Amino acid sequence: MSKKMHLEMTVNGQKVETLAEPRELLIHVLRERLGITGPHIGCETSHCGACTVDFNGKSVKSCNVFAAQAQGAEVTTIEGLGDPDNLHPLQTAFKEHHGLQCGYCTPGMITRAHRLLQENPTPTEEEIRFGMAGNLCRCTGYQNIVKSIQAAASEMNAAKEAAE
Amino acid sequence: MNDMTPEDRKSALKGMGTSRKRVEDARFTQGKGNYVDDIKLPGMLFGDFVRSPYAHARVTSVRKDTAMALPGVIAVLTAEDLAPLGLHWMPTLAGDKQMVLADGKVLYQGQEVAFVVAENRYIAADAVELVEVEYEELPVVTNPFKAMDADAPTLREDIAGKMDGAHGPRKHNNHIFTWEQGDKEATESVLSGADVVAEEMIYYHRTHPCPLETCGSVASMDKVNGKLTLYGTFQAPHAVRTVASLISGIAEHNIRVISPDIGGGFGNKVGVYPGYVCSIVASIVTGKPVKWVEDRMDNLMTTAFARDYHMHGKISATTDGKITGLWCHTTADHGGFDACADPTKFPAGFMNICTGSYDIPVAYLAVDGVYTNKAPGGVAYRCSFRVTEASYFIERMMDILAIKLDMDPVELRMKNFVRKDQFPYQSALGWEYDSGDYHTAMDKALKAVGYDNLRKEQAEKLAAFKAGESRSLMGIGTAFFTEIVGAGPVKNCDILGLGMFDSCEIRIHPTGSAIARLGTISQGQGHATTFAQILASEIGIPADDITLEEGDTDTAPYGLGTYGSRSTPVAGAATAMAGRKIRAKAQMIAAYLLEVHDDDVEFDIDRFVVKGAPERFKTMKEIAFAAYNQAIPGIEPGLEAVSYYDPPNMTYPFGAYICVMDVDVDTGVADIRSVYALDDCGTRINPMIIEGQVHGGLTEALAIAMGQEIAYDEMGNVKTGTLMDFFIPTAWETPNYITDHTTTPSPHHPIGAKGVGESPNVGGVSMFSNAVHDAFRPFGLTQSHMPHDHWRIWKTANQLGLHG
Repeated sequence: MSKKMHLEMTVNGQKVETLAEPRELLIHVLRERLGITGPHIGCETSHCGACTVDFNGKSVKSCNVFAAQAQGAEVTTIEGLGDPDNLHPLQTAFKEHHGLQCGYCTPGMITRAHRLLQENPTPTEEEIRFGMAGNLCRCTGYQNIVKSIQAAASEMNAAKEAAE
Repeated sequence: MNDMTPEDRKSALKGMGTSRKRVEDARFTQGKGNYVDDIKLPGMLFGDFVRSPYAHARVTSVRKDTAMALPGVIAVLTAEDLAPLGLHWMPTLAGDKQMVLADGKVLYQGQEVAFVVAENRYIAADAVELVEVEYEELPVVTNPFKAMDADAPTLREDIAGKMDGAHGPRKHNNHIFTWEQGDKEATESVLSGADVVAEEMIYYHRTHPCPLETCGSVASMDKVNGKLTLYGTFQAPHAVRTVASLISGIAEHNIRVISPDIGGGFGNKVGVYPGYVCSIVASIVTGKPVKWVEDRMDNLMTTAFARDYHMHGKISATTDGKITGLWCHTTADHGGFDACADPTKFPAGFMNICTGSYDIPVAYLAVDGVYTNKAPGGVAYRCSFRVTEASYFIERMMDILAIKLDMDPVELRMKNFVRKDQFPYQSALGWEYDSGDYHTAMDKALKAVGYDNLRKEQAEKLAAFKAGESRSLMGIGTAFFTEIVGAGPVKNCDILGLGMFDSCEIRIHPTGSAIARLGTISQGQGHATTFAQILASEIGIPADDITLEEGDTDTAPYGLGTYGSRSTPVAGAATAMAGRKIRAKAQMIAAYLLEVHDDDVEFDIDRFVVKGAPERFKTMKEIAFAAYNQAIPGIEPGLEAVSYYDPPNMTYPFGAYICVMDVDVDTGVADIRSVYALDDCGTRINPMIIEGQVHGGLTEALAIAMGQEIAYDEMGNVKTGTLMDFFIPTAWETPNYITDHTTTPSPHHPIGAKGVGESPNVGGVSMFSNAVHDAFRPFGLTQSHMPHDHWRIWKTANQLGLHG
């Protein structure tokens, strides 16, 4: 056990602070020290993507970030994407198009899709499949996940156009 | 409600046949699922295992001192600590016993040797490194055939010389059982006189269900009240409670087992694992809640492998392709303990469904279970017990026989299908198929994919290849499967003596909404959505007004859980039957309120109406309120019912699957061009969910057929213990699927439903594998073993001389 550090981050728009060992993985800091249990652990080796969070504007697998690397970071998890009265279009689309089954991959999947649609607001099916390849799902076969992301992209683009 | 049309009233219910959106999704899409690792109890400790690096070794000493000296370490448990409680071994579901912690020796790499309990998972992991274990290596046996050699080392010294096993006599110290079905003599006589016999060794490799959430538990022993609460990844929470009571001695009413949200199961979470037992013991010892969650390597190496069947087959036919007999001898590699999750009387599961969809007059099956230095398990990975193995066996044998007969594989299938008029059909290996219409399903599939044109295109591609114009071969994979699910009738299906019925309890609230509780547990199947739909249609209360709960043994009725596609066939039937009990009482209440005789009212969507006077009615909402506020002579207040359903038979879903792939002979890459899957699961409850299940099952089939395996080297080292080596298809590798259906209801199921979750895996593996074989058929390939990864496909091409 090493000496704990004073860790300060912005998580889902709120400043948070906690004590953590520098070696602790960000996913454990989020889940166990901050009580943010949306992101999940599926492999701890960066293959499955269940722990995906938005980290300083990029999709990052939080099982591969040490607490020491997260000092001052801006982190967004599934909990920060929408709330019950104001769901993110991706959250609505995943339900509407049956883009989930057991739900374990879903927070990471949606969080990654959220970033993908900022990187590329009008992705083709191929670009979605490539862009989502870091997130594994064992239940859906991805077909409805792709459909959900396509639907959310249309919805978001239409809303953007209407606003402009 | 009076001004609504019957159609409006019906659609307001969102009953059976509706693609109702899932009620589970709100929490899962907002990060509010509650999985076992999300559970945090005051003062909770964390447990982790010291695991064996060796596949076969004596454990000569375990020294805990250094580990115990680490601040934050609370306890280190070994077999010696568990022995006084009688918990160093536990019974398996297959009638064998399994070490909870290494008792003098280890039998596979990754076996649990000691359990470290610490204040958090980091300290536990540090302490695991500090436990000093001395091993003395023993010769390793990873080949099940060599395990049966006369001079093979005895793996299970605890039962050495004990020649009566749980499933009959053992013929070798490494032998577990022989299971025989059918008529050996008659089959061998038919084979010896047959026009044509095809013979092959079909190996279905070892793989793993690998749900995205690994296994875990949180045990909390409340010493004040003498109550144990156990949260965990349990596909069968009620059975876990009974087993926990039997092995711990804690009375069953003092144990509460809760399966919270489960992140996929696929068979992995049926068994009882040492981690569950150790978390319980550690909580008893420390007086604090103890959590154990395995990491991915633990999961792939130790809990619940699947398959590993070496199936030697012979199939005979007349020269014009009428099958006359089927023979199969399977050597089943069970690893170090026989922990297969099969009904007690079926040590090789329902492998005797291996006559498939064909009218085979005589057949014989023998299965020998064998111990090796591999992990125990033998679970049904997204299939009913050993049904994927059986289906793969017969679907490969059909293609191989087609080669021998120089016939199209579809033509051979059509010629031998059990005909519609033969149902209920008695198979040569003892099953009664409930219903089917195989020719119609196959015809529909052939038309949908344009089969004849595909074969023409394939011939053109082959000509181009032979002319040196292309380096790719086209493969058409056809598979027709019959599943056997819904275990099962109590008269022949039990697990540890517990009959495999299932249950549903319904309470209607005074305002006309309801709660239903079932003995099953969803792991992604959407039970809260679909079972409410069954009830909506049965009792006329909107599905949106019905809460559905599963997984808490203190509140839910006893049931055997969710695996083997049994939820809809068994618990779904219980749900319908409980609903009908509600309806029967509602009818009496309605008749009283309408002042007519019971027989003069009839159920109409969401109400009871007076026969011949439809303007006189009472809605279910009104009836529910009356059940709680009126004193009705001869009728107890309240409106609730429970049903324990013992199915009279299994159900037999079936389907026709066809895929097309282009195989690059130089790189070994198989590009899957199209996949068409027609499923007949009887009555369809929620088409959206059925389609989702088929997509998922096909993708797991794709994984298994094309790359996924648990591989060992000769030292018994697991070569595929991480997601780097163990193949799980990404969105990039996964094709789109076309789904289709026919509907042949089960005649014995109350709503005619058969179950669907596992069909796509059962049919899909054969389909993908048959496509690879079909691509190489013109070059003389009869059988190459799965998984068909790039390297194996390249090797096949090379062995067939296709690299010049």
